[in-house]
Amino acid sequence: MVAPKTLFQKVWERHEVVPQTADTPAVLYIDLHLIHEVTSPQAFSELRTRGLPVRRTDRTLGTMDHSTPTRTEQVFGGKPITIESAAKQVRQLEVNCAEFGVELLNLASDKRGIVHVIGPELGATQPGKTIVCGDSHTSTHGAFGALAFGIGTTEVGHVLATQCLLQTKPKTLAINVTGALKPGVTAKDLVLAIIGRIGVGGGTGHVIEFRGPAIRALNMDERMTVCNMSIEAGARAGMIAPDEVTFEYLKGRPRAPQGTAWDQAVADWRALATDEGAVFDREVTLDASQVEPMITWGTHPGMVAPVAGSVPASSEDPVFARALAYMGFAAGQKLEGSPINVVFIGSCTNSRLSDLRAAAGLLRGRRLAQGVQMLVVPGSQQVKKQAEAEGLDRVFIEAGAEWRESGCSMCLGMNGDTVAKGQYSLSTSNRNFEGRQGPGARTLLASPLTAAASAVRGTITDPRKLI
Amino acid sequence: MEALTRIDSATVVLPRADIDTDQIIPARFLRTTVKEGLGRELFADWRYLADGSPNPDFVLNQPAAAGCQVLVAGDNFGCGSSREHAPWALTDFGIRAVISTGFADIFRSNALKNGLVPVVVDAGTLQWLIAHPGAHVVVDLASITLQLPDGREVPFPIEPFARYCLMQGVDQLGYLLSKGEDIAAYEKRHA
Repeated sequence: MVAPKTLFQKVWERHEVVPQTADTPAVLYIDLHLIHEVTSPQAFSELRTRGLPVRRTDRTLGTMDHSTPTRTEQVFGGKPITIESAAKQVRQLEVNCAEFGVELLNLASDKRGIVHVIGPELGATQPGKTIVCGDSHTSTHGAFGALAFGIGTTEVGHVLATQCLLQTKPKTLAINVTGALKPGVTAKDLVLAIIGRIGVGGGTGHVIEFRGPAIRALNMDERMTVCNMSIEAGARAGMIAPDEVTFEYLKGRPRAPQGTAWDQAVADWRALATDEGAVFDREVTLDASQVEPMITWGTHPGMVAPVAGSVPASSEDPVFARALAYMGFAAGQKLEGSPINVVFIGSCTNSRLSDLRAAAGLLRGRRLAQGVQMLVVPGSQQVKKQAEAEGLDRVFIEAGAEWRESGCSMCLGMNGDTVAKGQYSLSTSNRNFEGRQGPGARTLLASPLTAAASAVRGTITDPRKLI
Repeated sequence: MEALTRIDSATVVLPRADIDTDQIIPARFLRTTVKEGLGRELFADWRYLADGSPNPDFVLNQPAAAGCQVLVAGDNFGCGSSREHAPWALTDFGIRAVISTGFADIFRSNALKNGLVPVVVDAGTLQWLIAHPGAHVVVDLASITLQLPDGREVPFPIEPFARYCLMQGVDQLGYLLSKGEDIAAYEKRHA
């Protein structure tokens, strides 16, 4: 009898070109390599220096998202990109992709968007694949049962040149989520609660598999939100076994298998789920029904509490005092009712159509509180188009928010969409590190629902009060 | 890459936990197409005041830090993004080893590809190092130990292949390219 295996083990073993030995890491084959303008230029330079081609241009897909403007006039002509270094990165990616024959969804493409939004949207992200990108939030694609993780630029060069990576096999961590989320509590709240529980280093060295009825009940957008933030718990990858929800999402997408190939693929994908009796290196169990709308109060995503709760009165975290000083909060302070200045709805964590629908649903017929600035940045041009077809853009604009072209935008402010020093930004993104959204900016991470409710009140607000 | 066997240096101590890559090199400095020159922006938001002048209170700006090649930091160093600009900034500044109780996975992987040694020690050793800033230490890849001034030799874990590459001064791409036949055979099997 074959020993029971985890989802991770199955995907890993399918991609071993050369297995790991005591002295050497495994040579692991990569099915899909996504590239963007920030972490690829030095890798292409390396290929040029060594006179190497891109081994599999058919397995490589480029887009631009981090340094790109979100103002329509800068994206679609009329006005150039104002930040010269950003414009240069964008041009360099165009040059590199043209020279090496890599497909690029450029600034004007209607398929462009945040790399972790477009992969799934195009159906390029599929169960059982190995997917990498020079971006830590590549963990997002694990929502489909892919083994997907972020790599550095040297490794981007390795994959461009050989379609392989040298990898030491990580350990496995099962996060079993029982019960069901309550109304008004979202996948974002769930993953923030998980990070709060296991800590920002809790998943280091591990691949997480999210399991259990509460995970099965999530749609694909929600599963992507959960897997996206695996890295915030220190895990390079988070995975969810593919099921009918996954297949339904992928069916008919342009790069998904079609016809008889689709039926074969689904049969193959069904076999990926973790076998009964397979053993994980660690297991953690969490009850979804106990999760409340969550918000971060500190300077890493593990510093998190219920929106209706308070900053802890004390903490063993060695950076507790420093985090409070940076955030301008007092120990034990109540969070709800605390003023905010900026609301950002976007990023690879929460910029998909269902995120925009949730926020717009709450904002419909309401206006932003006086003095609150709100930016809504769809995850891709496709999401933007779909949202506009549903009239969501009008809801945001009529509420007083700005509606932009797609990109990473204010999640990390590389394109100039930043939060000013000292301002409180209620953001649906993934990192609340010091200065993440701009020098001195104070980031509060929460769900699109909490972001929308707080935008209306001008203070941190439990969305259940406005639903 | 230069072969690396032994780093012999005084330490500079930054005793904070969870130092993320946004602190090591803020995102606005990632708008570059080369690796060089990032040392100037290392820890930029801590190192410089709003007017761009050096913050005299920040440890890397103090005279004792000059020439130090070993950084001592709190747990979970390098958490956050995959930006290789983090180790590029550290090495461009002159840091060759970071000592902590733990490193984020992607940072560790990136560091090892850039001649930057992540040295994982137990909490007691880290506490000693934090309490003795400027201590003269040796990171020895031959014996895989961290040697403290009081004579203690603390072993640390390092992947054998990464250690080999560091000590030989070779990068890992050459090894991967040497597996071309295996890769082609894999592609044929999975066509």
